[in-house]
Amino acid sequence: MKRIIVGTATCGIAAGAGKVLNALNDWAGEAGEGEVTVLETGCIGLCYAEPLVELQDGTDCRLYGGVTPAMALALAKGEEHPDLLPNQLWSKVESGHATIFGDAPRIALGRCGFVDPGSLADYLDTGGFQAQRRMLDEMEPQQVIDEVVASGLRGRGGGGFPTGTKWKFAAAQDNDVKYVICNADEGDPGAFMDRSLLEGDPFSVLEGMVICGYAIGAAKGIIYCRAEYPRALMRLRDAIEQARAANFLGQNVCGSNFSFDIRVKEGAGAFVCGEETALMASVEGQRGMPRFRPPFPAVKGLFGKPTNINNVETFANVGWFLGSGAPMYAEVGTDGSKGTKVFALAGKIQRGGLVEVPMGTTINQLVLDIGGGVPEGHTFKAVQMGGPSGGCIPASMGDLAIDYENIVKTGAIMGSGGVIIMDDTTCMVDVARYFLSFTQAESCGKCTFCRIGTKRMLEILESITAGEGKDDDIDKLLDLCEKIKVSTLCGLGQTAPNPVLTTIKYFRSEYEAHIRDKKCPAHSCNALVLYSILPDKCTGCALCTKNCAVGAISGERKGLHVIDQQACIQCGKCITVCNFNAIIKE
Amino acid sequence: MANAKTIMNGFAQALWLSQGVASDLIPLLQAAQEAYGYVPERVMEVISGVTEIPMADVYGVVTFYTQFRLTPRGDMVIKVCNGTACHVNGSTMLESTIEDVLGISRDQTDDDGLFTLESVNCVGCCSLAPVIMVNDETYGSLTPRKLTSLLKRLRREVLDARLNASTEVEVSE
Ligand SMILES: Cc1cc2nc3c(=O)[nH]c(=O)nc-3n(C[C@H](O)[C@H](O)[C@H](O)COP(=O)(O)O)c2cc1C
Ligand code: FES
Repeated sequence: MKRIIVGTATCGIAAGAGKVLNALNDWAGEAGEGEVTVLETGCIGLCYAEPLVELQDGTDCRLYGGVTPAMALALAKGEEHPDLLPNQLWSKVESGHATIFGDAPRIALGRCGFVDPGSLADYLDTGGFQAQRRMLDEMEPQQVIDEVVASGLRGRGGGGFPTGTKWKFAAAQDNDVKYVICNADEGDPGAFMDRSLLEGDPFSVLEGMVICGYAIGAAKGIIYCRAEYPRALMRLRDAIEQARAANFLGQNVCGSNFSFDIRVKEGAGAFVCGEETALMASVEGQRGMPRFRPPFPAVKGLFGKPTNINNVETFANVGWFLGSGAPMYAEVGTDGSKGTKVFALAGKIQRGGLVEVPMGTTINQLVLDIGGGVPEGHTFKAVQMGGPSGGCIPASMGDLAIDYENIVKTGAIMGSGGVIIMDDTTCMVDVARYFLSFTQAESCGKCTFCRIGTKRMLEILESITAGEGKDDDIDKLLDLCEKIKVSTLCGLGQTAPNPVLTTIKYFRSEYEAHIRDKKCPAHSCNALVLYSILPDKCTGCALCTKNCAVGAISGERKGLHVIDQQACIQCGKCITVCNFNAIIKE
Repeated sequence: MANAKTIMNGFAQALWLSQGVASDLIPLLQAAQEAYGYVPERVMEVISGVTEIPMADVYGVVTFYTQFRLTPRGDMVIKVCNGTACHVNGSTMLESTIEDVLGISRDQTDDDGLFTLESVNCVGCCSLAPVIMVNDETYGSLTPRKLTSLLKRLRREVLDARLNASTEVEVSE
């Protein structure tokens, strides 16, 4: 029987996968009964080509992108459809899954986009909960920790702290009550690895948490997931219920004498709550303010009890190697950074999506080979890694192999895996301003330098992008960066200057152009660009005149139009309405 | 608002099930916001009573988290994503388009209570940037032009929904 599978992660739904799925289900329920099975799956990785539909007929698998309900029906019925062009067809292997890396295993995303995330049976069929079963039958907690240490796994939440060491600390605490927390707050704007994992393979995260609970001697697990991810929350709750019903969670897990249960806590929209101590304050019902460390969470965490906190992807890795051996895991990657890393490619990129590559992959391989580079006609300028705590790495360093240490050397951080690609139309000063406006708004306000220092930096950056920069602005920014770094309590403040520091380090000339020449080289800062109309393209349709809020455009109907530079407020509206690309920025 | 009653019960149920411990505070506020669309002062008082958390602390928590609103919102809540990917792909243009077409700016609701405009830091659909979210639906790969026609359609939808709701009430009375 034919199987037709629709990718219904959030990005698929946003692109219209819901309609495709409904159309298929309606048809399968009536006419097509018995001919095809309609199934759902998580993020396949080719987010730029959503909605994605896979047709499986025996061993023949075809993946189609940009599918409409009508096209999907044609596929299901085995009919032709004029819009189903060959270029919408990929084989799954050569798609987002990075064939250039040969036999590198997909670890965290192994099931994502292949199985039905709502089906416990699918999870079990693909080796799920085997590691957990074997652990409960054969292993002592200490052995589990030893294996995690041997794997070399480092935390995927950003800092890269060795996971085995962290578990060891928590295990060493003598306390009846301990907690395992899964950090699914994914606050980094522009990152969606954790969401995709939770939507595509929620059981693997649960299994990782059970393993951790057994290793450190905890009976309670909490997943702190941001409220902006309704679908991930739905998948998680459903997975927990199914796992509980099948005794993979709850009292006497799998018939052993170990009990472990998991609750879901919804975040309430505060970036700082991704920081571990702030997250725990939030779970306790307080304002999400970071606390002083030490004591570390492993000693005194949630409700004052020893707590181990890891990222979603960290947990998703554990079940893989506890099942197939830590040495195999440690073989993948570089000396200091083992295994694979999931990256979310977005921004100015042709093939944005979700990929998993071995540590040590270069930036160019990631951006050019897998992502297909920046849109045609533009040049690749930089990648931003690590979100508001990270920095911009220039395209000239594209041969850099990605691992924790190498990225830190550039001034950025690995972060959780969000990679934003930037091209010649992206203004680096504006990027720095953007991140400072973010951290400034998200600062919890506890530390003076984070609260006020970021505000002062933002003001300086705003004045530079508005064309009012002064000669000593760069020095002032550097001075503030230095002070904020050393006088703040948590990672938010300590790393807030990174986007500014890296853009000054690698793109100082752009700052100088804004300040001295009052020019934005990327033509992106509105106050510093001039709009004009190309005489050979203008048809005199007068659409721009109608839309100009300040009446700055004039011209005869069917004749050439011109913009009065004195009156123009550089809002950019005319460009968006012009049907003939006749208006340019310079 | 066909299921208004069931959602209301959701909040009542959350109150009923609450153990009165401090860690119930945020889930209770979330249930209240789900029921009323915002967190009315009365609700804060009730929650304060149940959890024995001082009113000042409840207020402190409500104002700390961006999710909680102190004023009612429109029938449709439009959230413009201002995450990094959306920012580099022109989310500022989307926001000004909404300001132009609907006449509301960030954190405002129009006089008829139809639309509220908010900003959000990434909804996780970055590869479809720029993105907006309307109630629970996400719309990606937008341009100012596509957005303008979408807004017009949404306005029709929200007005229709109002009309239907008011006729239903008449019928049932
Ligand atoms: C401001 C700030 C935000 C953070 N946000 C996240 C986040 O969204 N997700 C996450 O897993 N870790 C986040 N972290 C890191 C956590 O504090 C913590 O180190 C991590 O969850 C540990 O997990 P790991 O060892 O598996 O990496 C953040 C840290 C800071 C300082
Ligand atoms: S940055 Fe807008 S959806 Fe992520």
